[in-house]
Formats: sequence, structure tokens, C-alpha cells
Amino acid sequence: MAKILMKGNEAVAEAAIRSGCRLYFAYPITPQSELIEYMARMMPKVNGTFLQAESEVAAINMVYGAAGCGKRVMTSSSSPGISLKMEGISYIAGAQLPCVIVNVQRGGPGLGDIQPAQGDYYQATKGGGHGDYRLIVLAPSSVQEFADMASEAFDLADKYRNPVMILADGMLGQMMEPVEFKEPKSDEEIAEMWRRHESWCICPNEDEPNKHHHEINSLEIDPQVLEQHVNRLYKKYAEIEKNEIKYEEYNVSDDNEILCVAWGTASRVVKSAINEVKAQGKNVGLIRPINVWPFPYEAIAQAIGPKVKKVYVFELNTGQMLDDVKIAVNGKVPVEFWGKVGGIVFTPAEIKTKLEECF
Amino acid sequence: MPRMTVDPNYCKGCGLCIAACPKKIIRFSENINAKGYHYAECFEQDKCIACKMCYVTCPDVAITVEK
Amino acid sequence: MEKIAYRPASLTDVPFTYCPGCLHGVAHRLIAESIDEHGLINKMTGVAPVGCSVFAYKFFNFDMAEAAHGRAPAVATGMKRARPDMHVFTYQGDGDLAAIGTAEIVHAANRGEHISVFFVNNAIYGMTGGQMAPTTLPEMKTTTSPYGRKTDDIGFPIRVCELLDSLVAPYYIERVSLLSPADILKAKKAVSKAIQYNKEGRGFTFVEFISTCPTNWGMDPIKSRDWAKENMLPFFKPGCFRDKGAE
Repeated sequence: MAKILMKGNEAVAEAAIRSGCRLYFAYPITPQSELIEYMARMMPKVNGTFLQAESEVAAINMVYGAAGCGKRVMTSSSSPGISLKMEGISYIAGAQLPCVIVNVQRGGPGLGDIQPAQGDYYQATKGGGHGDYRLIVLAPSSVQEFADMASEAFDLADKYRNPVMILADGMLGQMMEPVEFKEPKSDEEIAEMWRRHESWCICPNEDEPNKHHHEINSLEIDPQVLEQHVNRLYKKYAEIEKNEIKYEEYNVSDDNEILCVAWGTASRVVKSAINEVKAQGKNVGLIRPINVWPFPYEAIAQAIGPKVKKVYVFELNTGQMLDDVKIAVNGKVPVEFWGKVGGIVFTPAEIKTKLEECF
Repeated sequence: MPRMTVDPNYCKGCGLCIAACPKKIIRFSENINAKGYHYAECFEQDKCIACKMCYVTCPDVAITVEK
Repeated sequence: MEKIAYRPASLTDVPFTYCPGCLHGVAHRLIAESIDEHGLINKMTGVAPVGCSVFAYKFFNFDMAEAAHGRAPAVATGMKRARPDMHVFTYQGDGDLAAIGTAEIVHAANRGEHISVFFVNNAIYGMTGGQMAPTTLPEMKTTTSPYGRKTDDIGFPIRVCELLDSLVAPYYIERVSLLSPADILKAKKAVSKAIQYNKEGRGFTFVEFISTCPTNWGMDPIKSRDWAKENMLPFFKPGCFRDKGAE
């Protein structure tokens, strides 16, 4: 099918519907209100459920209920609203429910501002909600990737019975780029998706002897049982860490003198700067984590070529993915960081200056 | 002949059925159940009129009434 | 001989974890009887709260969900919207519904969600050891109002039925008492009506039960009922606030 010029917020919504999402619960917040508005217009057209909840707290709990019934369901918000969802996300992870949560990040902390930022990396990848659990986190860097991640996210959520977050930012949400969509799932395909979950989800019952008693629950009052439950979750996470590493190498080679690491919108700016310094004969590579949980520690370590003098991390925050990069580099070479906060996106010129300083 | 039976495994000896019975034919047993409660028991079944008030008030669904 | 009163099919065999004389078990039984009588056991599902009845998902004999504190009406909304062919209820206490969950209950009621909410009001937080609730009476001593609830500092008890009755959408709202066998029989009628309306897809139904907490009130079960009759019923008046089905 042909490419359409579309805003990121709307593209991910369209892609979600095409992936078979038929329930969407959310609350308006800048800079993702176009997402909820698109869903308000389009969900009824596929006989789906659109509901503007009274708060992000209510929305994530509606997601819990619908996910507990085995249906593809999504919510979206932006940083402060995602903080509100953290209780619900912990419950969803504990109850092993599939769902997709989109975070269109903005400047924080607190009310912050409405401009793009990457300050929620810790929240997404290191917890945010209480307890031992993990979120699968996908970090797009283009509108096309943002849209593609919708169907990936639902597939991963269903495969692992885990919540999946798409960690975007206000830039991706607002900008318009050409995007090509997948064919929409048919009603039969969607019905089959729902049927697959009926071994564990809330669904109509039958008389004895085929009666079931499914519980959608994260409470295990017996410590021995809770221990087993958490261990089971972590076995699942180990599987995910094995199977779902995803990253991109840009200009990575044995001739690199600097290796940059950046994700999301920041990575695009770094790519531009890399191209500019290349013209000066400076060889800089970039490794871009596409999934930020599980994090590509191995891949980063491997990408450090023999001539690399330092690893440079650029983020729109005060250094969050930085910690994971340091773990990956493990002291092999120095790791440096430069970032921008306040909802300000750095420019290629600024990155170029930082890179030139290294030579 | 009407009768009320208390399942000692469910009864917590709360006494609400004893208060509810219009014929005053329920009492606490001298025995205790596994949880240590003196469970309720009917001591004069032939006076039972199957009014079900004991069942209605029992918070543990420990009581069965037959007619 | 035939059994004329027995454990409903909609209850599992699991013994209730409530204190002796606590009336939660009565409320559970009324709900279970109604589900059986209306033939809904295979299409029923419910949401358990956080509170003494957190284990309600073990006591009802069909698929159940456990919700975060206060969020049951939102969870039930998601469930009913996802599976409109099933019938959904929530079961909540006074902390769950009238404190942390105030927004969720008001908005679920306001949207007219096709769910039944069963609200057990005993004017105290039972499970966490007897703290003050939004429904705690003036001057009532609890572990977090050790000098009595001072209304000039923290206001008055919330009357949830009256609050919800200010909304347009709810279909049926009634407050009942569990404080005597006669009251329980009346309460059963309200529960049965709520379940029937739920079955018929009529809209949001709400039943508030005035109940006791012998353990945290520091009274035996009989005395607790008397205390509640004397002190709670004058403030929380039983009655039908609205019944659109009777119009």
C-alpha cells in the first residue's frame, strides 16, 4: 500500500487498530492528545470501544480489566500521566496481562513542560511501579518505526503475557513523516487472537465438568507462593532477554574512533552530526538500541572497535541510558555523556561540536 | 421433619443463629472445631419449623435447612 | 426431605476468612443466591477489592479479578466493555469505594456502566486494623481518630447513595441493612433486583449494605448489630433512592 504523510500520534493509533486493538482507554494530555482524538474518531468505525476515562489511573485499570478478558487493549499518555499509571502497570505485570502502553515523553519532573524529552527512561526500564517486574520497552526514532512498533508491541504482549511500552517523545508524536501501514487484521484473525487467551482469561463458563475458575490477580499472600510466582516471572524475563534484543548500527566499523550511543529522537540528531563530521574525515559510529528493555549490552560491547577512544552517550535527559551503557562498556574505554533537558532537543551542530572536541 | 444442620468446619461460633432462632433450639456445642470455635448445634430438632432464620443470618453459610 | 436452604452454587467451598459474626459473609451469600436464581453463574464475573474482602475472588465460584485499591469500578468497566456478553459486579468496602476509589465509583456510575456495585459500609477500615473510614461517624473512636472523629477538623461521614443519586445515569440505588434476619430478607430483594437489572442490561445498579465490624469496634457480634442499629441507621438511612425499573 502507498505511503501516507501522518503525524506520529495518529500513525501509532492507526497501526494499533490495524493490529486488532479493539479497546482503548485514555485521558488527554499534551503532547499526545491527537492519539486519543484519533482513537475517538476511528475506534467506533471498527466497532471497537473508545472511552475517555476520568484519569490516567482509571484508564490503566480499565486496561487491566479488558486485558484480563483476553482482548487487545491499549492506553497512551505522557510522562506525568504515565507516573499515575505505575500502580496499574505493576498490577498488570504481576497478573501477567498483555497490553500496550504508549508514553509520549515530555519535559519533567513534575508538571514540567510539553516539549520532547527522554526523562522517563529510568521509569520505563528500571521500574516505575513497585516490586520486581519488567516492562518490554520499544523506543522508536521515526514515525514509521512508531507505527511498526504498535503491531510488534501487541504481538510481544500476547507472546509473553506482559505489558509492553512504546517509549516515544513529543517530537515523534507531533511530527509528520511518510508511513506505510500493514494490512488490517481481519475479524476472523482477531477472533482467533481472543480465543487463544481463553485458557487463562475471564470468559464465559460452562457447567461441570468443564467449569473453570480463572483468577486475574497479583495477590499471593503466602510468601512461598509469591516467591515462586516472582521466580516464574523472571524466568519469562530471561527468555525475553534472550529473544528480543533489537538495535541498529549506524556507520559502525573497525575504523570508528568514537562510538556514540543514543536512542529515539536523540539518535536522529546524532546521525546527522556523524554525517557532518564524516566529511571532515572523522570516523564516528552510532549504536542505537531499538528495544531499550531488554537492553543490548552485548551488542554495545561488541561494537567498540579497536580504535575507539571513547563511548559518547547523548540523551535528552541528565544521563539515564548512560548507566546501562557504562555496564555494557564495563570499563573498556571511557564513557562520556552530554544531554539536554527542559524539553529542548539538541541540534546536529551542538552534537558536532561535542564530537569535534574529542579529536 | 424439618431440621437444621451446622457444618462445624464453617461455623465460627458467632452466636447470630442462636439469637435468630424463634424456637430457641440452637446452642453452642461443648465441643470445639479445628479452629477452636464452639460451633453451634441444634439440640431439639423436633421443634424446628424450618423458618430458615438461622440460615438467613449465618455469615459463614455453615447451615443447611431441610424440610 | 429436601434441602430448602443450602450453600449456593455460586459460592466455592472455601471457608470465608472473615471474623466471627462479620456480616460480609451474609452479603456474599445474598449475591451468590441471586446469581443462582437468575441463572447467571456461567456468565458472571466480579471484581474483588482491597480490604477484608480481598480474597473474594476465592469465594465466588466463577472467574474473578482482583483490583488495586479503589479501582474496581474502572476494572469492571474494562471487563464489561471487553466482554459485553458477561455480567460484571464489584464488591467493595468503605475505604475502597469512598476514600481512594471515589473518582472511580462516581465516574462509573456517571457513565451508567452496566455493572452492579455492592458496597459494604461498616464505618471503619477492618483489614488494616481499625482505622478511620470516610464513613466513620462523628466522635467515633478508631485507631486514627483516637480522640474521636472531630467534624470541625475532618468533616462528616460520606453518604454514598445520596452522592450517586445526584447523577443522572444510575438505574437503581438502594441502601439496605444486614443488622437483623428481617433486614437481611429485605436486603436480599435489593440484591436480587440489582442482579436482575444487570442481567437485563438496564444500566448501573448500586446496593449499599450497613454492616458491622465486631473486631475493630471491640464488641461481640450481637452487640455490634445493636450498636449499628442505634448509631449508623439514623445517619445512613436504608431505603430505595431510585429505581428506574419501577417507574
